[in-house]
Amino acid sequence: MSQFTINIIFVGLSFALYFGIAIWARAGSTSEFYVAGGGVHPVVNGMATAADWMSAASFISMAGLLAAGGYGASTYLMGWTGGYVLLAMLLAPYLRKFGKFTVPDFIGDRFYSKTAAMIAVVCLIIASTTYVIGQMTGAGVAFSRFLEVENTTGLIIAAVVVFFYAVLGGMKGITYTQVAQYVVLMIAYTIPAVFISLELTGNPIPGLGLFSNHIESGVPILTKLDQVVTDLGFTAYTADVPNKLNMVLFTLSLMIGTAGLPHVIIRFFTVPKVADARWTAGWTLVFISLLYFTAPAVGAMARLNLIDTIYPQGVEEPAIDYDQRPDWMRTWEDTGLIKYTDLNNDGRIQMYNDSGLGAAETALASAQTEGGDVAAATTAVETARVAHDLEVDGRFADAGWAGNELDVNADILVLANPEIAQLPPWVIGLIAAGGLAAALSTAAGLLLAISSAISHDLIKRNLNPNISDKGELLVARITMSVAIVVATWLGINPPGFAAQVVALAFGIAGASLFPALMMGIFSKRVNNIGAIAGMLTGLISILVYIFVFKGWFFISGTANFPDTADYWLFGISPLSFGAIGALLNFIVAFIVSYATKAPPLHIQELVESVRSPRGAGGAIDH
Amino acid sequence: MENHNDPSGYWRANVRLILGSLIIWALCSYGFGILLRPLLAGIRIGGTDLGFWFAQQGSIGVFIILIFFYAWRMNKLDKQYGVDEE
Repeated sequence: MSQFTINIIFVGLSFALYFGIAIWARAGSTSEFYVAGGGVHPVVNGMATAADWMSAASFISMAGLLAAGGYGASTYLMGWTGGYVLLAMLLAPYLRKFGKFTVPDFIGDRFYSKTAAMIAVVCLIIASTTYVIGQMTGAGVAFSRFLEVENTTGLIIAAVVVFFYAVLGGMKGITYTQVAQYVVLMIAYTIPAVFISLELTGNPIPGLGLFSNHIESGVPILTKLDQVVTDLGFTAYTADVPNKLNMVLFTLSLMIGTAGLPHVIIRFFTVPKVADARWTAGWTLVFISLLYFTAPAVGAMARLNLIDTIYPQGVEEPAIDYDQRPDWMRTWEDTGLIKYTDLNNDGRIQMYNDSGLGAAETALASAQTEGGDVAAATTAVETARVAHDLEVDGRFADAGWAGNELDVNADILVLANPEIAQLPPWVIGLIAAGGLAAALSTAAGLLLAISSAISHDLIKRNLNPNISDKGELLVARITMSVAIVVATWLGINPPGFAAQVVALAFGIAGASLFPALMMGIFSKRVNNIGAIAGMLTGLISILVYIFVFKGWFFISGTANFPDTADYWLFGISPLSFGAIGALLNFIVAFIVSYATKAPPLHIQELVESVRSPRGAGGAIDH
Repeated sequence: MENHNDPSGYWRANVRLILGSLIIWALCSYGFGILLRPLLAGIRIGGTDLGFWFAQQGSIGVFIILIFFYAWRMNKLDKQYGVDEE
């Protein structure tokens, strides 16, 4: 059986499973559509939330980020899990007690203001839409690589599948489908990792293998990795980072961003009781951690395997001939995610830290052919060459290396892992199904958050409060269908800034929504004007800080400063600014609130009731 | 026991519990994993130091324990103050 047939079978079977669940779990009321009727068991909900949360970024990209960043990329591991502690203690139980359907619901009621609810709706839609684009592009990569169909065809297939179970089943259908998707993606992620860990360390548990001895060399695997990467001129894998302030703020921004993302928060409205909301957060993190304990091992071992493939006789010996490269490199070259340029014309693949020499040469070549500052580009090449020739006691210069010749996109590590480790074809089919499960489960959760914000918060709350339950359900289904069409279109024509907008999603959720929700619960004094001022401060400060470095509205060429550490305020990158935006939000909200009138009595009573679990009942309508 | 049916007592106990938990949360991630890593450099574990382990695995384990501990303590507090859900 060909690899293609096997991939089709695995993906087809997983899709058939999702279809079956969709038919079984149709939603009949708005309550079932928005919050699955509020009757989902915490363990089941934890598993569904884990699938909802673990997106294409966790499944496909994170191990690659770890492989490239080493210790510095620990930020993603801590940042994307630590937020659940904040959710469990600061938000989830109280929002569950509040007992409505959406995040803007709470902000609008607690701050007795339609304006506040509208700001929340805008934040929610920007954050969720930018996030959906990432999922659709992730699904597109998986389709075009494994199913050998056009990207567009693949995305339309994915959209039809999501349409079927999300529009029919709403939260109920999504929740039970996500449970199945969790199982698929976890198996797909773990099996190759177990094989690779066994091969390199003899330990079948990858998370433990990471701290075990490397069989071939007899030294711990991280020590071995540190040796080979420093021999190739890179920073040691476990090396400390110089800018600790930025690392702390980046981690904090990811944590509060995680806690503030609406598609995660609404998951906690689906459990029967307040106590269950707390347990759900714990179970969610247990299910997430199964992947997150494995990811650092996958990253480190993939990096070691890749170097081993390029330098089969060790990094001191010549690299492999381009003509002898393994098959997986050939297939991935077709997708453009691996690129080889023979800079020194020796027919071999040199992959090492060239101090930017290769990139500078390319820039010079393009300046010469397409016009540009040739003098500046020449100086850059000369500076890079001096650094290059001094590196590792002049070893690279002596060996006649002329720059890094192999560019490997970090996103392919997980997808190519089974091929790199020469695992059987069915494992590759499994990875294809797993990558799609990760992308689709998150996309469905996001689409639900978007459609409920529009149908419930915008139409029901503002435009037509008298709409019937049936009418609202119909509107919710129509808005979700429109959202799927828009998301698919954006996936087919991804805006050039797709990678950068993820910072925007976390920044907005962390700087604007998280502080507003927290103050709504933990302070009785913060009032409507204070909350609105705070949310706008958070939103505007994060937008300005990102736009100043990444271009206004991400239009290239409009950035005011280069996006490098030398220009960042106190060395804080735009990715890390969410924490600062949140701080500004808190300060402004408190100052403005104390300068204006305290909230009316019934609002203070609302806060009082949200804090006490008694009398929660199911999630109810207005 | 402390005052039953005293909402402010219940809330104060909750806030105390949250503060304690968040101190551990911050100590294990921002502390051991990032800022205090140089101090832990002497403690070797599997080819690297304890700070690296906290940053890549240890902190996540602590997060899980913290959430379950909090959920368990809060369930007891709910009953103690008579605000649990029947």
